[in-house]
Amino acid sequence: MSPGRVLLATALLGSAALLQSVVLTRLPFPGATPDLLLLVLVGLALRHGPSSGAATGFATGLLLDLLPPADGTVGQWALVMTLVGFLAGQFSESVERSTVLPLLVVAGAAAGALAGHAALGWLMGDPRVAVASLGRSLPPTVLYDVLLTPFVVPLVMALAHRSEPQPTWTRLPR
Amino acid sequence: MKDTRRTRILLALLLVASFTLITLDVRGGDSGPVAALRSGAAAVFGPLQRATSSAFSPVRRFFGGLGDDDRARLDELERENAAQREQLRTSEYARARAAELDGLLRTAGLGQYRVVPAQVIALGPTQGRAWTAQLDAGSRDGLAVGQTVINADGLVGRVTAVSAGTATVLLLVDPTFTAGARLAGTLEIAFVTGQGTDPLALQVLNPQAPVAPGDRVVTRRSATFAPGVPIGEVLSVRVTPGAQSRVATLRPFADVTRLDLVGVIVEQPRTDPRDAVLPPRPATSPTPSPTPSPSPTVSPSASPAVSASRTGG
Repeated sequence: MSPGRVLLATALLGSAALLQSVVLTRLPFPGATPDLLLLVLVGLALRHGPSSGAATGFATGLLLDLLPPADGTVGQWALVMTLVGFLAGQFSESVERSTVLPLLVVAGAAAGALAGHAALGWLMGDPRVAVASLGRSLPPTVLYDVLLTPFVVPLVMALAHRSEPQPTWTRLPR
Repeated sequence: MKDTRRTRILLALLLVASFTLITLDVRGGDSGPVAALRSGAAAVFGPLQRATSSAFSPVRRFFGGLGDDDRARLDELERENAAQREQLRTSEYARARAAELDGLLRTAGLGQYRVVPAQVIALGPTQGRAWTAQLDAGSRDGLAVGQTVINADGLVGRVTAVSAGTATVLLLVDPTFTAGARLAGTLEIAFVTGQGTDPLALQVLNPQAPVAPGDRVVTRRSATFAPGVPIGEVLSVRVTPGAQSRVATLRPFADVTRLDLVGVIVEQPRTDPRDAVLPPRPATSPTPSPTPSPSPTVSPSASPAVSASRTGG
């Protein structure tokens, strides 16, 4: 990853984390909270590809694990988000040709992240998994994330594109 | 081809790193590298969250002021200019905050608790399955892990982590939250456990204990937990013949979805306030009204927290 990418990802993820923990979680969204960090991650991964996506995902997950007032096991979100970033990055080559693709990727990423986190918690015997049923939190999470996608993901992708304007030729089909 | 191979190696490394972190955190407990990571994150994000919280308080004021009652008044205000409107909203907000603080002080006074007022600055996401909140007071205000957190209505939670200027509260609805409790008016010992969005679970140790819907529950004293804090009201009792204990559901007095100003009990009362902190029942039973107690003792270190949250708010 180039220094530009690291800088951009740090700035975007940091401000998204602050906005999410201070503002979004305190607004009265019924059922779930929009996951701004996930949207930033998907945007970056869609632009930078699976390798950077995995690294950005790890950073995003670690941030989610540590962001006060987080109380879960550190590494749980990191593991899930690494996979989410890697998988979202797989679509980086076809994203130019589709406008619906980011929405689908976000929907899949939101559902996958929540389900993966719950599955990992269940494996570790987390008492919170049994109580908060996935069926209740999954639909609103996916809905909010998809609704926010048109406002966040293109912006993140444009910023990522701007910070390194040259690499269009590196993304030729191999 | 080489690229995908490198990608896979990177992915494998990151996954191994995640697993390592999980293992370290699960086995390390309250010390070790992961605890250092946590406190580092709290030290970095605490001040940032405080600043962001005060910067965005107009947004919260806006959403907070959009209740049905306020809408008519808001229409009326629309005729005035923007500056006046903002000014009015601010003073209204300040009045609401003052009322909240009054309620908190009343509760603290009845229980003889020494409280440090604090403002909620950040919450965990709803779907994150952890019901936690971040406060703008920390160890330099006298907060420590294990202390009881209350608001004007009753028990809010317990402090689970402290940094210099912030603290993390495990809310009472969290599934990992358990507190020793007592049925008001009796000496029946019970335990209260959070159940997320469902009502709290109440387990009364004595299977013969008379528990009925409407009964109220307060906290029991423990090493760090303050006694007598109202927790909630029994909703329903499950009757299981032959069970070792009675199980009931409990509606918490404090609404954790609308937390703003809370108080952390930094010093336990010398005497158990018994049921004195419970609000008088609305004209049903002849419970003696709680005797008014001496003025609430608020620690001097609390004043910066109050003034900061007020000027910030």
